[in-house]
Amino acid sequence: MSLWWAVIATCAGCYLLKYAGLAAPRKVLDHPAVQRFATVVPVALLAALIAVQSFGQGFDWPRTAGLAAAVAALLLRAPFLVVLVVAALVTGLLRISGM
Amino acid sequence: MSARHDAVRAGLGVGLAVGVSGLAFGAAAVTAGLSVAQACALSLFAFTGASQFALAGVVAGGGALVPGVAGALLLGARNGLYGLRLAFVLPARLRAFTAHGVIDETSAVAFAHPGAARAGFYATFASLYVTWNLTTFLAAAGASAVADPSVFGLDAVGPATFLALLWPRLKESPEDRKVALAGVVIALAATPFLPPGVPVLLAAAGALAVLVR
Repeated sequence: MSLWWAVIATCAGCYLLKYAGLAAPRKVLDHPAVQRFATVVPVALLAALIAVQSFGQGFDWPRTAGLAAAVAALLLRAPFLVVLVVAALVTGLLRISGM
Repeated sequence: MSARHDAVRAGLGVGLAVGVSGLAFGAAAVTAGLSVAQACALSLFAFTGASQFALAGVVAGGGALVPGVAGALLLGARNGLYGLRLAFVLPARLRAFTAHGVIDETSAVAFAHPGAARAGFYATFASLYVTWNLTTFLAAAGASAVADPSVFGLDAVGPATFLALLWPRLKESPEDRKVALAGVVIALAATPFLPPGVPVLLAAAGALAVLVR
């Protein structure tokens, strides 16, 4: 398989996967069990993603501190964008300072 | 009007903040041995970060391309699950176009703004698409000149974004807290043993467990 074919297959496959959910038959989407599942599943996926992105490649002290700072900002009811900036700043500053 | 305003602002912010990670992808792709055109093609047409990084990683490691593509698609599979819910809030008329934008970030912003899900989705899609592709190109074209984005703490922005978007639901619903906890435990427990992408998909089983109960 040449590299270009791998690139094209990845692009086509990723698009079809995105399309498949949106284009699921109405009968499937309207089924109560599917609706319940579809309402809850983003919470499971995004929570898992937070965990894997944060700790999947091993424990990293500055990144963990950045995430903890984000939690603190959320508890203090900081606006959404402030939470992101706080996380990046704390992580970045701790890295620059060599911790 | 204010709900719409909030959703659009969050979407634009997420798009800019997360989109800058295109720098990391562009640099990783070219370092791995992909051409600038191939790196840009992936950002333009695959447009789902985790899958793109996975393919670049396999190329870098000199791994076989067929399982490499399969791994990238495994990571893209969760986008199909988001669609099951987004199908109710996004216009069916534009489906072929809209589908291209169904990824973690757009879905998270849409779900976090139930009153203005559509505005949140498209604002995130637009700003993330432009930023992601621009930064991919910049880094791919001048890979060696770009500093490692992890220096700026950008690797903390992804998880912080999803956490901030989930926060209101976690605060309000004990059931969602249970689902989230199950997802975290399943994904972290599975990570050492399963290929990338599978642990997060497996976490969807955490949602199933709550349903069955």
